Amino acid sequence: MILEALRLAKQAIMRNALRAFLTVLGIVIGVGAVIAMVTIGNGATAKVKADLERLGSNLLFISPGQFGPGRASSEAKPFNIRDVEALRSQLTGVRAVAPIAQKQTTIIAGSENRSTLVRGVDNEYFTAQSWELESGRLFTEPELRSGRALCIVGATVRKQLFGGADPVGHGMRVNKIACDVIGQLVARGQSGFGSDQDDVVIVPLRMLQRRIAGNSDIPSIYVAATPDADTAAIQRDIEYLLRERRTGVGGKQDDFTVRDMKQIAETQTATTTVLTGLLAAVAGVSLLVGGIGIMNIMLVSVTERTREIGIRLAIGALANQVMAQFLVEAVTLSLFGGILGTAIGLGLAWVTTGALGVPFDIDLGIIAIAFLFSGMVGVIFGFFPAQRAARLDPIEALRRE
Amino acid sequence: MQETTPLIEFDAVEKVYGEGEAAVHALDGVDLKIQAGEFVAIMGPSGSGKSTAMNMIGCLDTPTAGHYRFAGIDVGALSRDQRALLRRNYLGFVFQGFNLLSRTSALENVELPLIYRGMPTKQRRLLAMRALQRVGLAQRENHTPSQLSGGQQQRVAIARAIVSDPAVVVADEPTGNLDTKTSREIMDLLVSLNRDQGITVIMVTHEADMAAYAGRIIRFVDGRIDPTVSQEAAQ
Ligand SMILES: Nc1ncnc2c1ncn2[C@@H]1O[C@H](COP(=O)(O)OP(=O)(O)OP(=O)(O)O)[C@@H](O)[C@H]1O
Ligand SMILES: [Mg+2]
Repeated sequence: MILEALRLAKQAIMRNALRAFLTVLGIVIGVGAVIAMVTIGNGATAKVKADLERLGSNLLFISPGQFGPGRASSEAKPFNIRDVEALRSQLTGVRAVAPIAQKQTTIIAGSENRSTLVRGVDNEYFTAQSWELESGRLFTEPELRSGRALCIVGATVRKQLFGGADPVGHGMRVNKIACDVIGQLVARGQSGFGSDQDDVVIVPLRMLQRRIAGNSDIPSIYVAATPDADTAAIQRDIEYLLRERRTGVGGKQDDFTVRDMKQIAETQTATTTVLTGLLAAVAGVSLLVGGIGIMNIMLVSVTERTREIGIRLAIGALANQVMAQFLVEAVTLSLFGGILGTAIGLGLAWVTTGALGVPFDIDLGIIAIAFLFSGMVGVIFGFFPAQRAARLDPIEALRRE
Repeated sequence: MQETTPLIEFDAVEKVYGEGEAAVHALDGVDLKIQAGEFVAIMGPSGSGKSTAMNMIGCLDTPTAGHYRFAGIDVGALSRDQRALLRRNYLGFVFQGFNLLSRTSALENVELPLIYRGMPTKQRRLLAMRALQRVGLAQRENHTPSQLSGGQQQRVAIARAIVSDPAVVVADEPTGNLDTKTSREIMDLLVSLNRDQGITVIMVTHEADMAAYAGRIIRFVDGRIDPTVSQEAAQ
């Protein structure tokens, strides 16, 4: 009987294929959005975790200002090189203290130009980030001290400006300053948040400060602890030290923030989760609208086929059998919407994760849930029309033209 | 069926539509007995209650008052689904307007009653083909109603009515939409079903020519049976 109902449902849907498609569009969009969002979200989360594992869980990030209500971080004064030296000399259990200053600026090589992030660092940056060179060399102490115009380029810059050829030994212009390329970084791909980590040019800190930023500020500092160090203790040490140097002990609130990168990543993951939740709500509304669409079209279908229902009832169909026919039709419709939505959602997620450089992992759980929900939409919204069909009076129904 | 129990028995059956002043007595105290194997024609002016009586006989409707017994079963006391089961197992319907499923082949139309019996496809096909053969349409199994003439459509409807091997075929103006020549062919078919297969046939018609094929004529007037005509025809 169910097989028979399935056959009838297929027949009825095929006879009005376009109408059926338009009817399930709401469900297609709802399911598609959830599948796409969850798949992309999972990929981003996985990427953040992977990044974190590579960085090690013992990286601290220091920035000026306090994050919180009514406080812009830009109000606080930046760090300077003496702060860095103090951290280096007084902290224990630390692998690297890496000052960073950076600016978005135009870079030119040959006839190609590009707006890229230029980051001024010293060699400890590479240690802190565990970022190795593909070829070439790091800066030397004298080069760092004098702030020579040298650069180490990221994979994207190499691809865009040098056509993928090894750029070491070539020249380029950074903010109109002629630089020699002395190295290139190993490709890292995109961060979990969608930015391209390889679209970067690394220069000596001094060079960026003097010739590009025009000051001696250090807007942020990375501190990498040794693998077995207690990061919380180091965080407290840093806070104590900087408090002394900047605001004085007691009284005023700190005008800097020390954050564990793990916490930052967790915050970002939480954001993704919230976004996914929001989209699930939108999808829920879409499913509801889709369900109402199905109910509407099923009511139309019952009205159109009143005579057919009359014939079926007259020749001995039970109320349940007619009910089953229309319920199966509604569920078939909504499941069809669910399948189409899943396919489109996965397609969208595949393209997006590819573009973001995050992993594409199919979450079977969410697909099962999507199917369950679209099936349920069919049952819930198909019930009333099916019941209406089953309760028709055969005599009245047969009289209908 | 024992001779003492008529297949169909109306006992002071009334059917009232509406209430109070506006009430219409479509059937107004009908007593009627039809034995298994009879071929009965029901005649009477428009609005005299013929279709109402046919719906009752076909277990599609129940009396407002009185009793309708089908093979001794009080149909008025049955649930909707129980009446559906009676129809499924013992009754076949032929309508004036054919009432075939459109865009559905003749074969599938004939199979329909068997589907609700849960019969496997193979056996269903076989019985449906046999029924189509019986009405002389074996070559048209794949035609849809719109590809068939009125007479052919009515043959398909008759095949559908007899495919489940019913005790009774109920036909409300089966020739009402057909020309005289085709009508005669349909009547011949009904007569042969009655004679060769022992199916009880009850038919409404407005035409005396068609009623003449029946073994007995019952005349309705104003929701009652006209006693003179019934007796006359009962001979
Ligand atoms: N569903 C209904 N609601 C109200 N009145 C009805 C209904 N069905 C039938 N009637 C009335 O009952 C009476 C008998 O109707 P019925 O259809 O049985 O007549 P009939 O003998 O078949 O007529 P015809 O030869 O025109 O088919 C008529 O007066 C009709 O108007
Ligand atoms: Mg009538």
